[in-house]
Amino acid sequence: MEKAIIQTEDLRFSYTDTDAQEGAPLVLDGIDLKIAPGSFVAVLGHNGSGKSTLAKHLNGILLPSGGKVYVQGMDTADEEKLLDIRRAVGMVFQNPDNQIVANVVEEDVAFAPENLGVPSAEIRRRVDEALAMVGMSEYAAHAPHLLSGGQKQRVAIAGVIAMRPNCIVMDEPTAMLDPVGRREVIETVKSLNQNYGMTVVLITHHMDEAAQAGRLVVMAQGRVVLDGPPREVFAQVERLKAVDLAAPDTVELCWQLRQAGLEVPLDGLSDEACAQVLYDLLRRQRA
Amino acid sequence: MEPILETRQLSHIYSPGTPFEHNALRAVDLTAYRGEYLGVIGRTGSGKSTLIQHLNGLLKPTSGQVLLNGTDIWSSKEATRAARFQVGLVFQYPEYQLFEETVYKDIAFGPKNMGLDEGEIDRRVREAAAFVELDDEILEKSPFELSGGQKRRAAIAGVIAMEPSVLILDEPTAGLDPAGVERILGNIQAYHRARNATVIIVSHSMEEMARTADRLVVMHDGAIPFQGPPREIFTHAQELEEMGLGVPQITRVFQRLRALGAEVDPSVYTVAQARDAILAALGKGAV
Repeated sequence: MEKAIIQTEDLRFSYTDTDAQEGAPLVLDGIDLKIAPGSFVAVLGHNGSGKSTLAKHLNGILLPSGGKVYVQGMDTADEEKLLDIRRAVGMVFQNPDNQIVANVVEEDVAFAPENLGVPSAEIRRRVDEALAMVGMSEYAAHAPHLLSGGQKQRVAIAGVIAMRPNCIVMDEPTAMLDPVGRREVIETVKSLNQNYGMTVVLITHHMDEAAQAGRLVVMAQGRVVLDGPPREVFAQVERLKAVDLAAPDTVELCWQLRQAGLEVPLDGLSDEACAQVLYDLLRRQRA
Repeated sequence: MEPILETRQLSHIYSPGTPFEHNALRAVDLTAYRGEYLGVIGRTGSGKSTLIQHLNGLLKPTSGQVLLNGTDIWSSKEATRAARFQVGLVFQYPEYQLFEETVYKDIAFGPKNMGLDEGEIDRRVREAAAFVELDDEILEKSPFELSGGQKRRAAIAGVIAMEPSVLILDEPTAGLDPAGVERILGNIQAYHRARNATVIIVSHSMEEMARTADRLVVMHDGAIPFQGPPREIFTHAQELEEMGLGVPQITRVFQRLRALGAEVDPSVYTVAQARDAILAALGKGAV
């Protein structure tokens, strides 16, 4: 594997101060993860699995109780490096309303670079570019509160892009959006990754979103339980069920057909792939 | 079937006579029957929240009527009051409205306002808590000590404790993980069955509604273009996609399967139906 942009080593974390207490519950219990530059990694898990806690470690919002987190080789526990770390890894959160500070879209996007002391001509360039990257250029002069949820979340993403991070970590960015808003945000995320080479870590509990990533990490009880391409991870239906996660409906259907004694592969993840698997099954059995 | 709640030519205009004038509801005729589990689906801005706020008299129609058991809820003070108590409304993210010192007191707030005696209030609080699976120990806690899912359930219990004959919930599963979604839907189902209560759920999740509701009402642009059983609704896949709603993944897979040339039931929308349809096509019968 090439050099990781983010790396965790035996990362452990507890919200209570556990130095003294033995046996206090660990929210993260020994996470070893390497995020490759330019990759699109989804982290899937249910509430309490530790996925949001993990996200907050990736740019030093939280610091490990044990183990290490490195961002481009910098230890997140090193206070002197914190600004550089935050510039390298930007965060987008669940609620777009909590992330928008200005009354005009382009001013909101300019907020972070202004605070970084970027010269104004450069700010202009970055804002225009960031809005173009999320497909919101035509809304530059709009008031954010009149935008839809998906549009607001794209503005929040643009605000992070304007800092020119190498990696964006998104903590359930679509949880509060309707299906159209969700699609807008996920398309934006994919475009940032594919067209601009941005490293993306997407924390989600939506399986259909996780399925879009290049790599899927499944968390349960503070540990990584599955890690691989979505097609392979989702095919492990029993292991997903064991940690109270369901497989996507497409895979679940094929799995149930297998339980009924049919020979069906479990890698038909997308609509197209699943339809093809079913078609082949029907044709084979008739022949 | 006996109608319990009806709207007749219900229209609502926000900010009439100003530049912000907006026709949120356009002559909506809707009937909810006693004991029915109804799903209202529409994207953000379709008018669904405006509609449900009329159903217990929180908003007054610009024109048209809302009838509860055949009586216009605005015909007298008593009728309006009856609507407020008989039609329970759970807002989006209701957990933000918890305010009392203990969960018990919070759930008791509604029954208290109804002027019930101590013994009856206690019975209702405990029954409501049982419906949402909160045990006695939790009742004595501060709402702020609870997990997100528990808070949501406590807020729903506060409305259930008023024992409404119509329970309306606006996006009750928003932002929850799959396990949390199943639990809340199960709790609502339990109340629905035990009391033969009418349940109206507002959602933008087609999958969720398809699994739970007897009948679906599709809202778009302040009107109801389609209503009926899920199977019937999902035959309008194309129009639903154009409204930004989409159909369940399994329905999409089966459409593709038909396009490939397989003769399968086009109105399938759950994994179980799909499995049975495939087994039937293979001549194995349902399992």
